[in-house]
This record gives sequence, C-alpha cells and structure tokens, in this order.
Amino acid sequence: MRLAYYPGCTMKTDAKNFDESTYSAAEALGIELLEPTRWNCCGTVHALAKDNVMNYLAPIRNLIRVEQMNEAELVDDKRVVTQCAMCYNTLKRANADAKADPDKMGKIRDFMEKEPNYQGSVNVVHMLELIKGLGWDEVKSKVVKPLDGLKVFPYYGCLLLRPREYGIDDPDHPTVMEDLFEALGAEVVDNPYKAKCCGAYHAVHLKEVAADLSYRILRQAQEAGADIIVTACPLCQFNLGDRQNEIKKHQREFEGIPVVYYTQLMALAFGKEGTGFEQNIPDPVPVLEEKGLL
Amino acid sequence: MGENESEMVTIHVMGKKHEVPADLTIMKAMEYAGHQFRRGAGCRGGYCGACAAMYRVKGSYKLEGALACQKIVEDGMYIAQIPFSPAEKITYDLSELKPDANTFLEYYPEISRCLSCNTCTKACPQDIEVMDYVQASLRGDVEGAARLSFDCIGCGLCAVRCPAEIVPYNVGQLARRLNSRYVIGPTEHVLKRVGEVEAGEFDADIDELKRSDRKTLQKRYESREVKL
Repeated sequence: MRLAYYPGCTMKTDAKNFDESTYSAAEALGIELLEPTRWNCCGTVHALAKDNVMNYLAPIRNLIRVEQMNEAELVDDKRVVTQCAMCYNTLKRANADAKADPDKMGKIRDFMEKEPNYQGSVNVVHMLELIKGLGWDEVKSKVVKPLDGLKVFPYYGCLLLRPREYGIDDPDHPTVMEDLFEALGAEVVDNPYKAKCCGAYHAVHLKEVAADLSYRILRQAQEAGADIIVTACPLCQFNLGDRQNEIKKHQREFEGIPVVYYTQLMALAFGKEGTGFEQNIPDPVPVLEEKGLL
Repeated sequence: MGENESEMVTIHVMGKKHEVPADLTIMKAMEYAGHQFRRGAGCRGGYCGACAAMYRVKGSYKLEGALACQKIVEDGMYIAQIPFSPAEKITYDLSELKPDANTFLEYYPEISRCLSCNTCTKACPQDIEVMDYVQASLRGDVEGAARLSFDCIGCGLCAVRCPAEIVPYNVGQLARRLNSRYVIGPTEHVLKRVGEVEAGEFDADIDELKRSDRKTLQKRYESREVKL
C-alpha cells in the first residue's frame, strides 16, 4: 500500500527518531510512505484562528500536494498519513473547515491564483487510525519480538483527541494505544492521566507550569509501576522526556522514567532497525535491556 | 513618425507620465525620460539584483515585480523602483555555526512567522521557489534551501512583499554558506590550488604582471584563453 505521508518540520528536526521509527514500523506493516516532493509548514496554531483565511493557506497547500500525488498515481488513494499530533490536528481541522465553508474555500482559491485549486478530496488520517484499520491480528502477526514483561503507559495528550469531532478516539477514554500495545505483547498500565495536559506551549514561556503539569503525569506513571511512557506527540515527548532533568532538581523523589514514541516500540517489536532510541532523553536502552528486549 | 522610429508607449514613473519607445527596458525608459541612476543600477545584465522595480499594468490589479534592466515597458505601466529593501545585515562567524534549523532560527527568528502564502515566490523575478526554501530552512534542510535559492541575486522583492516581514534572500544566503562549508565541504581541487599559491608557485608570474605596462596587460587580457 502506497500512501502520502506528511511529516512536518519537527519530524525532521527534534523528532527524527519519531520519523525514522515511523518508516520502520510502516515498512513492517507493508505500508510505503511517500512524502510530497514539496511541502510546507502544516500551519500550526496559526491555522486554528478561524477568522483569518491567510492562515489556511499552509494546510490547504499541503492537501493540494497530496491531490497532485494522487493524480500522478504515485499513491494508492487520497489519504494523507500524519504522525505529529499538531500536524494531524491542523490539517484535519483546516480540511474540514475549508470544505464546510465554500466562501472560505473561494477566498483561498482567489488568493492562490495560478496555483492549482484544492478539490477537497483529501482525507487526513493519523498513523494510529491507519494501524487500527489494519486490524490488531494483522499487527500481532508482524511481531517477531513480543514486548513481554514491559509495562507500558500510553499517553495521548490533547491534540490527537480534541476537539472531539476531530479526535482519533474517545477523548475521555481513548484505547487505541492500549489495544496496540496489547497486540505487541506488552503489559498496558492504565492511568487516569493519559489525556491530561502536558503543559504544551507553556514549555516556551512558563517552563515551571509545563514542568509541574508534566510531573503529575510522570508521577502517576511511576506510581502505577510503569517501565516506560509512550507518546504520539513531539511536544508531549519534549515536556515529559527532555524536561526530566529539570524536574528532578525540584522533585527529589522522582527517579526518572524513559519516554518513547509508540512507533519506536513498534519497530522494536517488529524486529526492525531504525528505532532511533539514541535521540531519546532519558535513555530508554537500560530499561529495554533489562527486559531482554535489546 | 518615420519607418525606423520606434512605436511609443505611455508609462508612469513614480506617478509622472512619460512617452517612451516601446522596446526599451524599464531602466532605459527611465533614463530616456530623464532619470539618472546613482543607485538602483548595476550590471544592467540581470545578474546583480540592484535594479528591482515594481509595477502595475493597465487594467490589472496585480502588483508585479521585475528587474528594471530586464523588463520591457508596456503601454500604461505604472513603475516605481525599489532598489533596496531595508534589512539588517547580520554578521556571524560561519566556522562557529551548526548546519541545522536552530541556526536559521537564531539569526532569522521571523522565519517561524511564515504563513506559506507563497507571495514571495510570486514576486521573484528569478522564478525561484522562495517559500519552499524558507520552509526547507525551517526544518533544517540546509542542502535543499541552498539548492532552491541558488539563483537568488538578492534583489529584495521577496522581502518587500512578505506579509510575515521575513527577509528570504538573507536566509537563502545563510543556507548556501552553511551548505558550502558543512554539507559539500572543501573541495580537493581548491585545497590543492590554495596549497600551490601558499607554496609560492605563482609568485614569479604575479610579479611579472605587476611590472607590465597597460598595453601589455591589455594585449594579454584580449588574447587570453576563454573556456565556455
């Protein structure tokens, strides 16, 4: 199956391990991901300001590129697979808003002038939705190294689940990652904090707020006896993972816990190279070695 | 009007009306109309980027950009020269930089304001995919940004048109510098030649040139080997 894949900037910089392991996991599942030869910023938070059409140009242009890939028969259908939670949320919402509002779409077309018109035919999907669509038995059949004995704490954050109408799962009780990790042979640790806020962009200006919110999640994971936290968002990964050294300075009882992207453990379970663990903070290798998985 | 005389067209330079021959470039038409260039003119061959101009043609709302030395006037054209786009010239030591996205963001943080509106691309007289190279720099794709911006001559029209107030040509220049130093790296033939120069292999030739009179130099210049 050949599908268009929109990576987004973070996947090429701070989340290279997410990008690399996405390709590894997809390959094991028989999915060929193809990036558009040209792509721009997803639009990020700008595109969520609904009253400014200018902010829609970025996401809509990316969707035009996907339509062009489909017309050129480079991919098998009009889906675009996203992985970064912000890119998913932005593209999904901009797509829905533009399609629902002909006036807005008209203004976008007028502004873009000579560029191709967006036909509104693209379906934005998240990698987790795609995997779920394959069926858990299919996922299970690709496992060569079951994650036996690894206590996994899936953490969703906000952008994959909210607003409700664009979420990939029930925003109050998501289960897609729990199902995935059961299929991979791990022991899933359930936790009421799995959809709480990590602090998000407070990471920039109010670090202590982000540190405090992230710590609540980390503490829950630790108290629940988890070996590892799994995320699906580069910003969650940063707040929960990279920030731990800072958190430890203030929270003496906190021992630290590795945080990885869900695709990294998929690649591991599928016996693939390209897990990208070397980029993670803190280092997840000791825990995975202890469990006999590395 | 005699047979050999050009057809005339009406243009407006900074709002003032002039009759000029139809086959002139904007630059020559302005000179025909009495303007003298002290700034805003350079090579006159489309290479240096000194003569950026903006115009609208009769009956069109579109604000177009061009190099004044390249664009032929049209009847009813409104013209203004934009020979310089105000932008800080940032200095940096290339040897201390890393070829990644953070370097671009450190020196030109406004690139994160890019809306991907593509107005810069539409303004570019060199047909460069300006927005694409700004986007490439944002994701640390130094090689891509350098390749896409390669034909930039720094005319500044992209910077004048950008609603996010980015100065793309400076970003492209940083990309090409990072690419040369860190992605491509020093090339063997250049290192070899620099070694030869430092070893004094050309000192005698240079001395001879220094002692030559103007006539000899001119003769040597005109009879030099030109490889195309």
